[in-house]
Amino acid sequence: MKVKLLYFAALRERFGTAEETLELPGEQSRVAALIDVLRGRGGPWTEFFATDYPYRVAVNQQLAGLVSPLSDGDEVAIFPPVTGG
Amino acid sequence: MKIIVQEQEFDVGDEISGLAAGDPGVGGIASFVGLVRAENEGGTVAGMTLEHYPAMTRKALEDIVAQAAARWVLRDAVVIHRVGALKPGERIVLVAVASVHRGDAFAACEFIMDYLKTRAPFWKKEQTPAGERWVEARASDEEAARRWR
Repeated sequence: MKVKLLYFAALRERFGTAEETLELPGEQSRVAALIDVLRGRGGPWTEFFATDYPYRVAVNQQLAGLVSPLSDGDEVAIFPPVTGG
Repeated sequence: MKIIVQEQEFDVGDEISGLAAGDPGVGGIASFVGLVRAENEGGTVAGMTLEHYPAMTRKALEDIVAQAAARWVLRDAVVIHRVGALKPGERIVLVAVASVHRGDAFAACEFIMDYLKTRAPFWKKEQTPAGERWVEARASDEEAARRWR
């Protein structure tokens, strides 16, 4: 299955990309499995996901958690805690 | 209900006058206007850039207003949030809520702001004399939002 990944703000700068498509094993997955894949990539991903930075995740434009399910074609966004208003 | 994300300035008077116009059931309107401060974390701020997640922002704001409408009597509401480049003194956000009585209007307005600050996908990057920096989320904002649970 494939998901579209988006990064915003400080994380977009840190990873040097705003958007990518990621292949995950199986038909269904979870946010935690996606994070594991990113953590295993090396470079800024491994470095970042080794910290306890309180990043946020949205699945299909809704705030989500590590146990949130993922299906083929989902849009997953990873970003810093929000600072609007 | 009106929810807008835009780069341009907005007129607070026009927005409040237009809120629930012609609704004889409205007894009061509460509003909050957020401005860019010239100082943050002890440093001078020359300006800021507001980034957002366009596909999610509107949905998140609609959801926050819907939650407020489920808790209090809302006759109308407007949320306008600006994005892009902003200078100190400029308006960033307007939340205005029309209700039957002031209690619901004040509470709903504060709730919407507290949830917007912790759940709507906006990020501020400040320009300071030491360079650009992303604004860090404040624990006090998270605590403010938690009060409503």
